[in-house]
Amino acid sequence: MQLKLEPRGFQSKFWSYASPVLAIALTIATMAVIFLVLGKDPVISLYTFLIEPLVAENGATELLVKASPLILMGVGISLAYRANVWDIGAEGEFTIGALFGGGIGLAFPDLPFALLFPLMLIAGMIGGMLWAMLVALLRTQFNANEILTSLMLTYIAQLILIYMVTGPWRDPQGFGFPQTAMFSANATNPTIIEGTRLHLGIFFALAAAAAGWLLLTRSLLGFQLRVQGFAPRAARFAGYKETRLVWTALALTGGLAGIAGTLEVSGPIGQLTPQISPGYGYTAIIVAFLGRLHPIGVVFAALLLGLSYLGGEAAQIELALPSAVTGIFQGVLLFYLLGCDTLILYRLRLRSSRPAALRA
Amino acid sequence: MDFQYTSFLLSVVVASTPLLLAAAGELVAERAGVLNLGVEGMMLVSAIIAFAVAVTTGSSTLGILAGVAAGVLTSLIFAVLTLSFLSNQVATGLALTIFGTGLSALIGKAYVGMVVKRLPQIHIPGLSDIPFFGPVFFGQDVLVYLSFALVCAIYWFLFKTHAGLVLRAVGDSHDAAHAIGFPVIKIRYLAVMFGGGMAGLAGAYMAIAYNTSWSEGMTAGRGWIALALVVFATWRPFWLVVGAYLFGSIMYLSLYIQGFGVHIPSQFISALPYASTVVVLVAISRDRKRIRLNAPASLGKTFHAAG
Repeated sequence: MQLKLEPRGFQSKFWSYASPVLAIALTIATMAVIFLVLGKDPVISLYTFLIEPLVAENGATELLVKASPLILMGVGISLAYRANVWDIGAEGEFTIGALFGGGIGLAFPDLPFALLFPLMLIAGMIGGMLWAMLVALLRTQFNANEILTSLMLTYIAQLILIYMVTGPWRDPQGFGFPQTAMFSANATNPTIIEGTRLHLGIFFALAAAAAGWLLLTRSLLGFQLRVQGFAPRAARFAGYKETRLVWTALALTGGLAGIAGTLEVSGPIGQLTPQISPGYGYTAIIVAFLGRLHPIGVVFAALLLGLSYLGGEAAQIELALPSAVTGIFQGVLLFYLLGCDTLILYRLRLRSSRPAALRA
Repeated sequence: MDFQYTSFLLSVVVASTPLLLAAAGELVAERAGVLNLGVEGMMLVSAIIAFAVAVTTGSSTLGILAGVAAGVLTSLIFAVLTLSFLSNQVATGLALTIFGTGLSALIGKAYVGMVVKRLPQIHIPGLSDIPFFGPVFFGQDVLVYLSFALVCAIYWFLFKTHAGLVLRAVGDSHDAAHAIGFPVIKIRYLAVMFGGGMAGLAGAYMAIAYNTSWSEGMTAGRGWIALALVVFATWRPFWLVVGAYLFGSIMYLSLYIQGFGVHIPSQFISALPYASTVVVLVAISRDRKRIRLNAPASLGKTFHAAG
């Protein structure tokens, strides 16, 4: 007996929705085993990792705080990946965006909020866009692989951030800590519910998801992006400019990541420090895949992966586990998801080996 | 003066070897048509496993072997998903790196702050005592010699043996290779596992020869630079040596300049290897014809035998 994959010849609608569900179930089962191996009670651990963060005080709003940057970046990444533009440098675009937006906030702390905050967001968007468009330039003009260049630029972005907060922008009153001064009240991303950390980011995230959905399903550009990814030859025959689509996809991803960066530093963090992201830019890649490269799916996926951050923190505090369990959860989830996605295009068939041998 | 040159060259060798090892493994996998972006993840897992075993047993040899085993095992996850479950190679490679980063951090938590005995340098009485040439050519650790031996072996295998020809055929046209009757999937499994083993050697080298301690994310992008080196070398083994030693020099220079107290912010110098990677990629890739001529034509494509 042999397990064989047999092409369906079409995309299974059922499995494109069922695959993430199955993958999540398998991931949770695997996490239970991992907790067991680490010498913890799997039931208590899973409860601490997945349920407790939600029922804790401010659990729901904290989840939205984590999900907001993931949604913003996940939407951009989804659009880019649809067009076969493999930008894995959202983390860097997020960082440069935070520097641009945060820089405006530090430079003009006394401008009125209604003027300053939009300016910061625009600057952040431009910063992220510029960083991503560097990748576009390298790919379209020089044929350089965007996977590698976008990742290298992420390392460089991180070093620029460290340079700025330890050098020119360091807070003179900061007791030598590598960080800038806190943003002024006018430069602060306001919380929308008293007593929580929930900030404007969630509105931007949901707006981005809605706009991304419209763009993908209702606009010519969205159609072109999809054709470019699905059938590049057809796109060429149709006269779509690949170069233009690459630029557009990267500008979108970078712009959204830059906005996310600005919202994050001006909101929950309140200043620029060397650590402004726990890897949101990489997690957003998983968010995009789990959300079926679809802006609405991304929202749900971001909630689950946002939860994995909260769960990691809870596991660290209560179970004395390293917060790295978050990374394991995310990696395992993506493995299972990619495996389960096979079922969208193929069906599993049990075949005894004899007929196959006869046929040969 | 002479002493400084010697120590400089020795340090460059130490900085270059992990790049060479990881890139050589990836080159074989890519020649078979498989793009494994998980090199960084495989290196990290191997580094911590090699370190843990070396610390516990006190044996560098066991550490290295454990590192290789860890590299092969992690590459198997990738192989099963991309070759048996036909998943997207780019996405799966990314997943492997994310997973490897997390797993190594989790295992490594217990080993932070420990120190392992450095992989000993081979000492050949007489030869390694020759000034300058002695230590550079005869006083390296065993993995340095192994890295060169493996590059030669890979060249010989790929271009001088029938099996190597088959592997390249699989990478250039899996459909044609399958039609002739070559076991495409099996060959790719082996190539990916070889790449994993080499990444394992590279990781082990990072943990017990380059450093003698473990720190989270200690490979600092070397797995990615190794991927870029394969492009730099346009998939030819001996050019890997040039690339790896070029980047090893840049990496060591960036440390060296900082020690000199030159008035450049250290972050700019640290960014040098990453910036150079971009520059080198651009310089090589802009010649589209050369890339198309040398790149395995089926690189990154999923293969499913009809029927």
